Amino acid sequence: MRRSRFPIVVTALVLGFLYLPILILIVNSFNPARFSSRWEGFSLVWYARLFDSPEIWQAVRNTLVIAVSVTAVSVVLGTAAAYALHRWGTSRLQRVHYTLIYQPLVVPEILMGISLLMAFVAVGLPLGLFTIFLAHVTFCVSYVAMTVLGRLQDFDFTVIEAARDLGASPWQSTRRVLLPMLMPGIVAGALLAFTLSVDDFVITFFVAGPGSTTLPLRIYSMIKYGAPPMINALSTLLLVVTLTAVLLSQRLANRQGRA
Amino acid sequence: MNRHPLKRTEWLVSLPTLVWLTLFVVIPTLLVFVIAFRPANPYGGIGPGWTLATIRDLAAPSYLAIAWRTLWMSLLTTAICLLLALPAGYTIARAPDRWRNRLLMLVIIPFWTSFLVRVFAWKSLLHPEGPVKKALEAIGLVGPDATLLYHPAAVVLVMVYTFLPFTILPIYAAAEKFDFRLVEAARDLGARPFQSFRKVFLPGIRRGVVTAILVVFIPALGSYIIPDLVGGPSGEMLGNKIAQRVFTDRNLPHASALSAVLVLAVLAPLIGVLVLQRKAGRKSEIVIGEAP
Repeated sequence: MRRSRFPIVVTALVLGFLYLPILILIVNSFNPARFSSRWEGFSLVWYARLFDSPEIWQAVRNTLVIAVSVTAVSVVLGTAAAYALHRWGTSRLQRVHYTLIYQPLVVPEILMGISLLMAFVAVGLPLGLFTIFLAHVTFCVSYVAMTVLGRLQDFDFTVIEAARDLGASPWQSTRRVLLPMLMPGIVAGALLAFTLSVDDFVITFFVAGPGSTTLPLRIYSMIKYGAPPMINALSTLLLVVTLTAVLLSQRLANRQGRA
Repeated sequence: MNRHPLKRTEWLVSLPTLVWLTLFVVIPTLLVFVIAFRPANPYGGIGPGWTLATIRDLAAPSYLAIAWRTLWMSLLTTAICLLLALPAGYTIARAPDRWRNRLLMLVIIPFWTSFLVRVFAWKSLLHPEGPVKKALEAIGLVGPDATLLYHPAAVVLVMVYTFLPFTILPIYAAAEKFDFRLVEAARDLGARPFQSFRKVFLPGIRRGVVTAILVVFIPALGSYIIPDLVGGPSGEMLGNKIAQRVFTDRNLPHASALSAVLVLAVLAPLIGVLVLQRKAGRKSEIVIGEAP
């Protein structure tokens, strides 16, 4: 029986469609021309401009400060949540817990942004790095919890019982057995939280205040108000960073799979 | 409580996220509905008392036009994504093992690249001086004055581009579990390729299709950056109106009322799917019950 070629052709076209814009963007980051339709030779001029821009460096600093603290807090909260969801999954409390954790994954970002803005305005919290931190933790927790929950699904709890039988305290068995075995899942969740925090624009846009410009906010104003070729260079650098993170987390996932 | 140490541990472990999500998800969402009924004050804050004026403003023809456009653009985006994702998910699921993981990686990588960067890539492609315009001009498809940007079609194109990976993944996940011998059996019994796809494969991956529709349609309804950057006034969606009420005229009650509409619009398809699933579940129960 001959299979139809049609699906394969569509898949090839889809992949071309997904990658062509990104490839053109990378190529153009080395193009000194102001508009991208003509190639004027290889150049690093936009990268040089980028490194000379103090606003970019300030935005990078803000982004990293937020992303690191968000990752730390959401990994702790998310891992605890995943453990509770897995351990007591069928209880009524956990069903409520699960629904709550699922919300940020379903609700469109703009709704989360506006509702958090309303809450911060209502209690009079000044907008800035701290409100961005609170907002980011809120959605990162859900992603970490889901990632860790995925790993917990293949976790063998008899190992914990064995540790307890051999005289380990609850704290010891958690720290010495459970956490090390969950580590690949936790690290994958942390990488996801970090990437999501670094990349978030919509929610950040709503809850940011003066002096708390993050990298996506800076990129947005560059797109809106000029400086396009510099964004090509910045985007290429961001792509390199995120791809490294993806490959790292894939490695970790594979190692977990083989163990 | 002391008689149930396990119960107490459960509460202790769950409490941090329960409190956090109540404070930053549940209360803020309720607040949106409350503020929609409060008047605005001249300083961009919320005034005293209650009013229905904001809700009445929502019936203005300009808003209805925006709501309608948001709906059809989201539906069109969902349909195109699905049409492309079905053959792609099918191909990846049927690919040899060695290829399958690579293809899957290729679909996932764009998800990890910056969302703004992807939208920007299209903005410069569609730019009047950009390569797409130049290419279309060279083959005589568009005149030198045509604009590709700032048009509803540009918004749909970029939405398809950003949401496509999310559509392919659930289709693939469902197709991977599908027993392709059923398609072969249908073909052996004389079905044409498209018939076997429509009558055997599609019903078999129904759940994946429903997930794929939801993961495109819901975020599409709430789109804001894409219409903002490539849409222009003729491509504006509900999300743009919300942002304008917040940032341009600083009218938080108005922004809240629009957001409340969006919340309800998002809930509608979710509840629809739940009801359908429950119905389907009951039907299959009946079938099982009738079996001897």
